[in-house]
Amino acid sequence: MSIATEADVTDFVPETTATTVHVATGTPRPVRTEPAPVRWAIIGIALAFLSIFIVLPLVTVFQQAFARGWDVYAAAITDPDALHAIKLTLTAAVIAVVLNVVFGLVMAWAVAKFEFKGKSFLITLIDLPFSVSPVVAGLIFVLLFGAQGFFGSWFIDHDIKIIFALPGIVLATVFVTFPFVARELIPLMQEQGTAEEEAAISLGASGWSTFFRVTLPNVKWALLYGVLLCNARAMGEFGAVSVVSGHVRGETNTMPLHIEILYNEYQFSASFAVASLLAFLALVTLVLKTVLENRLSETRR
Amino acid sequence: MSSLPIAGTRAAPKTVIPGFGITFGLTLAWLGLIVLIPLAGLFLKTFELTFEQFIGIVTSARVLNALKISFGIALAAAAINLVFGFFVVWALTRYEFPGRRLFDAIVDIPFALPTAVAGIALTTLYAPNGWIGSLLEPLGIKVAYTPLGILIALVFIGLPFVVRTVQPVLIDLESELEEAASSLGANRWQVIIKVVIPTLLPSLLTGFALAFARAVGEYGSVIFIAGNLPNISEIAPLLIIIRLEEFRYADATAIAVVMLLASFVLLFAINGLQRWSESRSAAF
Repeated sequence: MSIATEADVTDFVPETTATTVHVATGTPRPVRTEPAPVRWAIIGIALAFLSIFIVLPLVTVFQQAFARGWDVYAAAITDPDALHAIKLTLTAAVIAVVLNVVFGLVMAWAVAKFEFKGKSFLITLIDLPFSVSPVVAGLIFVLLFGAQGFFGSWFIDHDIKIIFALPGIVLATVFVTFPFVARELIPLMQEQGTAEEEAAISLGASGWSTFFRVTLPNVKWALLYGVLLCNARAMGEFGAVSVVSGHVRGETNTMPLHIEILYNEYQFSASFAVASLLAFLALVTLVLKTVLENRLSETRR
Repeated sequence: MSSLPIAGTRAAPKTVIPGFGITFGLTLAWLGLIVLIPLAGLFLKTFELTFEQFIGIVTSARVLNALKISFGIALAAAAINLVFGFFVVWALTRYEFPGRRLFDAIVDIPFALPTAVAGIALTTLYAPNGWIGSLLEPLGIKVAYTPLGILIALVFIGLPFVVRTVQPVLIDLESELEEAASSLGANRWQVIIKVVIPTLLPSLLTGFALAFARAVGEYGSVIFIAGNLPNISEIAPLLIIIRLEEFRYADATAIAVVMLLASFVLLFAINGLQRWSESRSAAF
């Protein structure tokens, strides 16, 4: 077999103009890329795929939202039911994010700073909600707290509404976002080890001040990253919330559920108007995510 | 205190760092309250059924068809994502072209865009009067309100799983491997088939499994475009909701248990794949 194929030769030619780099090794650099036509074909396939499957749907949301003009758009998002849905979505997301931050930090501290048996099994359990269907996630809370559920009659007797009310929506949201903060923190905190905390403690710092002055500054970007992803999922969750909400307009409808109702009533422009708010949120999330990823790779270095 | 790791004599964690008891206890309590007890409740509810009743429900034609549709189309979507995801990863990590960073960023859109928004957007695009649907209509291809629509939605939500799992492995791939192979006389095609693909294989399979696991349980992006005809384009999660709305809790629970067991199996498969992937990359 000949070592230099035609592609090798043509790719090798430009090397002579930039010999300085490879002079030291004295050997021709073997190719690590494909011939130009193959390169452009692969780029073409990749970009066509991304454009059809991701860019077009995104463009459609904004195009449909403004298709019937600014007035229709403004009316749709200032409609009292829409405003209530926005408020409910924000409320549920804030509660879910706060709970996830607190318990995410607690779980990451226990898992990353100590050694114990069954740790990898515990991490698997923390990740479990990722692989559960959102509809199943909603169903389990209906089975527990619904009128027919295990604890349903007790809550009805005490006049506490969980299903078809805010607590149910929050529970379902917390379930589906359960791993988001913890799984960003755990690998980073494991990587950082315990040396800095041990130094702080042995110099006389209390556990709390060690946490706030040593651990938290070290993981702040990862924590924000987890919060960002958790928030995006919390605001957009549809399946799980759909099962527990009861779809009462102006009462238990979150933004995604409001979008569904408007769409099913053929109010397409209004539906896409509310959807465009969530799509805008998704774009903001992506921009912040890119910024945070750069910060994170700096911390890791 | 013994330093020998003999079974049964688990030494207390020797560390000066405080808070193990309280954080470990809170971890178990929070995990139990939000995840484990509610999931256990699902299994408990299933035990109210006899085994024959359970089998009767999950093997009834409509349930069986819904499960076949959910699992079958999810598998097809994950396979499409495996192939095209590979092209996307390759183009994004190996080549320079205008807009590369922008395209890299938008890969995450399916993660960030709420599923209901994706659902109505895809339906509008692929409806007979939509931008893509109107192009396919003269060819006799119907996407919206058919199983093909489900496939489109599941490809959309699964893509980032493959790309984001394979991408870091391809970036870390030592250039020496490829250079050694090609200086020993392998042509570019042989290098990719015999060196690059085998190294990426664990991550490709992990991405495939993650995309499949996500697609099996997907609801929001599917129900708008699917048409939801029983036995034809009705997915299992939707059937759970339908049964729930009919107050047929036993039926809903039985289908949910099947879905949940499948996700357990997938979760452990993915964990195994990830461990394989890590040992693979550690070996190089």
